[in-house]
Amino acid sequence: MDMKERMNIQRQPMPEQDAKARSRNFDEVPLGYTPQAAITEANRCIQCKTKPCIEGCPVEIDIPGFINLISNGDFTGAARKIKETNALPAICGRVCPQETQCEEKCVRGKKGDSVAIGRLERFVADFERSQGSISIPEIASSTGKKVAVVGSGPAGLTVAGDLVKLGHDVTIFEALHIPGGVLVYGIPEFRLPKAIVAAEIDYLKKLGVKVLTSHVIGRIFTVDDLFNDGFHAVFLGTGAGLPTFMNIPGENLNGVYSANEYLTRSNLMKAYLFPEYDTPIVKGKKVAVIGGGNVAMDAARTAMRLGAEKVYLIYRRSRVEMPARIEEIHHAEEEGIELHLLTTPIRYIGNEKGWVVGMECQQMELGEPDDSGRRRPVPKKGSEYTMEVDTVVVAVGTGANPLVQSTTPGLNTNKWGYIIADEETGQTSRKGVYAGGDIVTGAATVILAMGVGRKAAKAIHEYIMSL
Amino acid sequence: MPAKIISKDMLSENVFSLVFDAKQIALKRKPGQFVVIRIHEQGERIPLTIADADAIKGTITLIFQVVGKSTALLAEMLPGQEILDLVGPLGKPTHIENFGTVACIGGGVGIAPVFPITQGMKAAGNHVISIIGSRTKDLLILEDEMKAVSDELIVSTDDGSYGYHGFVSQALENNYLLLGKHIDTVVTIGPVSMMRAVCDVTRKYNIPTVVSLNSIMVDATGMCGACRVSVGGKTKFVCVDGPEFDGHLVDFKELIDRQHIYLDQEKESYDHFCSCRSGR
Repeated sequence: MDMKERMNIQRQPMPEQDAKARSRNFDEVPLGYTPQAAITEANRCIQCKTKPCIEGCPVEIDIPGFINLISNGDFTGAARKIKETNALPAICGRVCPQETQCEEKCVRGKKGDSVAIGRLERFVADFERSQGSISIPEIASSTGKKVAVVGSGPAGLTVAGDLVKLGHDVTIFEALHIPGGVLVYGIPEFRLPKAIVAAEIDYLKKLGVKVLTSHVIGRIFTVDDLFNDGFHAVFLGTGAGLPTFMNIPGENLNGVYSANEYLTRSNLMKAYLFPEYDTPIVKGKKVAVIGGGNVAMDAARTAMRLGAEKVYLIYRRSRVEMPARIEEIHHAEEEGIELHLLTTPIRYIGNEKGWVVGMECQQMELGEPDDSGRRRPVPKKGSEYTMEVDTVVVAVGTGANPLVQSTTPGLNTNKWGYIIADEETGQTSRKGVYAGGDIVTGAATVILAMGVGRKAAKAIHEYIMSL
Repeated sequence: MPAKIISKDMLSENVFSLVFDAKQIALKRKPGQFVVIRIHEQGERIPLTIADADAIKGTITLIFQVVGKSTALLAEMLPGQEILDLVGPLGKPTHIENFGTVACIGGGVGIAPVFPITQGMKAAGNHVISIIGSRTKDLLILEDEMKAVSDELIVSTDDGSYGYHGFVSQALENNYLLLGKHIDTVVTIGPVSMMRAVCDVTRKYNIPTVVSLNSIMVDATGMCGACRVSVGGKTKFVCVDGPEFDGHLVDFKELIDRQHIYLDQEKESYDHFCSCRSGR
């Protein structure tokens, strides 16, 4: 195919469930490319020499390489190519913010649409899984070194996958009863089916990674216990799983949730299938979700699927400052979620039985930029008004869970309680202890945690081989 | 991690004791700590206090009352069977030291978590006064066990069918505090209304009082905030900041309200379970 033909192909749309139907079910929203659409989209890649897309990828996938294999119809080969640097392509293809990473750098994006790299990644990973032909890469011979990975979210899974391939004996310790961290408790089924996470973890187990669920490090074992038990290095990828509230009146009323609790009940515990599953969740009719990030979008879309009549998304700045992906905001609006921008709750109103029945809000206007570079929301005097709501989900960010830090002497943390670790290596103030992901950076993205995990794995490998 | 049931006892009409094979937890746990269990694939995560442990045999004992579907299912299980998940020990251990004279007060199934604390207080050299109560004589549990680790033991029943006729809070006031007997600290666990009544009494006499709260939890590692409680006007998480708090500072009204969040769903789930069991 010549350059002109390639340049003339339009970006292939991805079919998705109709908004009205999907707003009442938990099935995945985008339906994925057909093989033909994938090949057509792959042909849009001009295989440029500079390959800027690779620089945009935190784990440096050989993007033109795998796209070329798709063009040739070698989907399995394409999956293998991705797996050289990314053990979790089916997940990344779904939840990475490609528009600000690889696809933002794509030369085709300079005039028109960039190549749909994320959709292609997802396609090949799904293809490989559906064929049951998941290949196991070569594992180096055993080094006799043991590594403990604390937390089985994106950072921990990446570290485990990289180190096991190098011949190390890797054990993941997960506090919950299912591994996957935020991938299973946080991200909803309709955005990331749990069967996909389970398949990616099975893949790591096939590589030889041991996974011990229901092990809360800091309680059953401390980090020092792990070293005493013969581990040569410990990676801490415990995430930023501490819910933040706004400290306004009425936040402990019945019906007011942290996003963590709301999503954990629905995703991890499958409360949306109650009473088939035993965990209940409040199925509100008028639900307010506070916040403007991806977690807020997930909570709002979950509320709609649980049967809400009205879902209000309350965000204190304007649309352009919303941290959520544009695609997520778009999906949420399509599903009927009402955005109340430049608005913040100032108190929740309860009835005599302690249930939330309303909230008082205040309108905001944007002032001068703050530390984050975004314009600071300032309350408008006299703009207070009340809204009737029966459920509230507070999705205004998370903090550092202190369990591991408080039981590990000599492990330095910053003023917010996050672990201090070297940006390049993940090395902490304790010898042999590495950390990465949200517990170091604060809440970020899946792929950034994986990028850090990759670097930490390299540093851990060098460290334990020097022992 | 699955855990096997080693033995089972029925302590009263609705209260059961299960001994689990859980070597690591048995070694690590301290009085006041709890575990979270999940019985089966569709099950919920429920917190249960560790009533006893045997570090040599590698077992822990959980005592629970049947109050809904999950506890009913657990009560049906037999030695040799496994529950799907057991995680712990969780929560902060009880602060145990030689305070002098300590009153350990348990009501209903709350006597079970009071037992290991009483054991610990006795071992630390305290003079231990235990007051345990139930609605009626048949529902009283662990009397012999509590007697063995206490210097003084008072039993009370609401209906007067056994021991002191009245509530544990009244037994404490009438048998000790009104008589001017000195108590340095009180630990009390039981239904929220009972703990509140004990705190109302001890507040009058300025006796520091620790309560152990059994809030609704999901992950029980500080991640979700389901268990939040107001203590002295500040929000605390029972799972990681507790389960024990200064009883004089706990907002019991809010705690009771929050324990009722899922009342309707719990009933729906339990009724569904019971009708399945009776073959309807």
